[in-house]
Amino acid sequence: MIRFGKKLGAWGAVLPLLGYCAIALGLPIWALLWEGLHATDPVTQQTSVSLSNLTASWHGIYLTGLLDSLRLSLLSAVISAILGLVAAYAIAQSRGRILKQAILTASGVLANFGGIPLAFCFIATIGTGGVFQSWIQHVWPSFQLGTFSGIEVVYPYFLLPLMVLTTLPALDGLRTQWKEASANLGGSAWQYWRHVGGPLLLPSALGGFVLCFGSAFAAYATAQALTSGSVPLVTMQINAVLSGNVIANQNNLGMALAVNTIVICGLMMAVYLPLRKRSAKWLES
Amino acid sequence: MTTLTEIENPAAAGPAAPRRGRRFDARRVRWWRGGVLGVLAVYFVVPLAATFWFTVYDARNHQFSLSPYGQIFSASGFGPSVWMTFQVALLTIVILYVLLVPAMIAAHLHLPRLKPVLESLAMVPLVLSPVALVVGVDTVLGWGTDQDPGTPLFQLSVDLRNASLPLILPIVYVLIALPFAYRALEAGLRAVDLRTLVEASRGLGASWPVTIWRAVLPNLRSGLLSGAILTLALVFGEYTISSILQFLPFSVWVVQDGQGATSGQLAPAVSLLSLLLSWAVLFLVSFLGGRRAVGRINRSS
Repeated sequence: MIRFGKKLGAWGAVLPLLGYCAIALGLPIWALLWEGLHATDPVTQQTSVSLSNLTASWHGIYLTGLLDSLRLSLLSAVISAILGLVAAYAIAQSRGRILKQAILTASGVLANFGGIPLAFCFIATIGTGGVFQSWIQHVWPSFQLGTFSGIEVVYPYFLLPLMVLTTLPALDGLRTQWKEASANLGGSAWQYWRHVGGPLLLPSALGGFVLCFGSAFAAYATAQALTSGSVPLVTMQINAVLSGNVIANQNNLGMALAVNTIVICGLMMAVYLPLRKRSAKWLES
Repeated sequence: MTTLTEIENPAAAGPAAPRRGRRFDARRVRWWRGGVLGVLAVYFVVPLAATFWFTVYDARNHQFSLSPYGQIFSASGFGPSVWMTFQVALLTIVILYVLLVPAMIAAHLHLPRLKPVLESLAMVPLVLSPVALVVGVDTVLGWGTDQDPGTPLFQLSVDLRNASLPLILPIVYVLIALPFAYRALEAGLRAVDLRTLVEASRGLGASWPVTIWRAVLPNLRSGLLSGAILTLALVFGEYTISSILQFLPFSVWVVQDGQGATSGQLAPAVSLLSLLLSWAVLFLVSFLGGRRAVGRINRSS
């Protein structure tokens, strides 16, 4: 009876959070699905269930935007994941506590530094009139901050810290004893990474990669400020459609585009969660 | 505990194992590490340094001046937008902790199976596009204002969009801040022996609220503080949601009004200042908090 009461009390403490998320997260998503799956007939003004918005969001410029977004996020996530993993390893190995704390806290700040301020920093650095603009023109003549490659240079600035934050716990959990055990049994460094370290790290490394991909895909403000809409990413298209910049009265198309991003976000989570579970299994032991 | 053995072991093993191969290996590893961290440091520091240079150096007149940093405070509209953003940030932090702290403590103590659920829930906002979220929020609010004026739903939508203190912003920001606050709190919870702490307090006759308030929260101080600072920085920098919902908090004000005034130097100055300030405070908090935690472990063992 006492145990039961305890469990009940614990649920009472957790339920407000779950309820909040269900309302604050669930209602908007429900609204998007609802509006995205309804279309208003231009002649009769009748609203009915239809797939026309969703189909439209998979064709023409919207398909290009979606593919561009995916390509951009994939590329920046690969770069950030590889460099971030190496950086996290270097940090995990370093013994200076102050350095480690400084890098960790900096990662925490930088990982949510995306958005307008980040764009300002890079515009001031290598944008028009920026401090290093002439230098970058010299080294990489075709480089323009307001293009695909420009975004590619900027995105790792907040993705890399995110990767460090997600993989550092796993790297910190790799115990020296395991390495020593492997060495005592005659294993080389390669064999250690192939059979011990690698398999242990893989889930959290892949999880970090998926998070990087997702947050690159979701980013809006940085790309908007850098390119002023010249690179058609799906998040920018959503805003453009909804604010009536392209065609008036296309609200439901914008909703359908937003639904697409949510579906992709859902896929990301579906990949991430099993990975997270695997890495948690031994990290918490 | 694992971190302690990790920190001590290499130091102890290093001089005790004077084999030539191993020492060479260690040096190579250190060189490689320095190289990687160096390149990344350049990538991360140069834009900040360049931004600073950009804000203080006037290329046309070849003059240095710190005036953009002074102008921040005197620019018109600065006061109201900062005050509004500050209130929003405060509300966000309060709602966030009122929801998150009890849930995480309960999950840690009694519902370990729920922990993965909470953790995945906390990851969702990281990959959910804020644009999609805000479009959904806008639609929901639109449903409210479609009702007849005077009905509770209509009134609620109007109140949530009140321009001087838009309550909808903290409601959405709580979601956006969830991943970072969760991570900070989780680190804090992991560093203390929560079960012993709670059992001791409960055993001495303290009620649940007293236990949480006087035994648990003081031990989570540094985690709570860093989560709050991250949330504060996030709210001050957030642009997408507030601009699409057409409010005028600090970040939107900087972009709209700040640019014209001082040849584009004000906005980068503000960005730089907020980034460095939040990092400095966070570093101090984690450094002081971390040292206390290590001391505690040493005493107990």
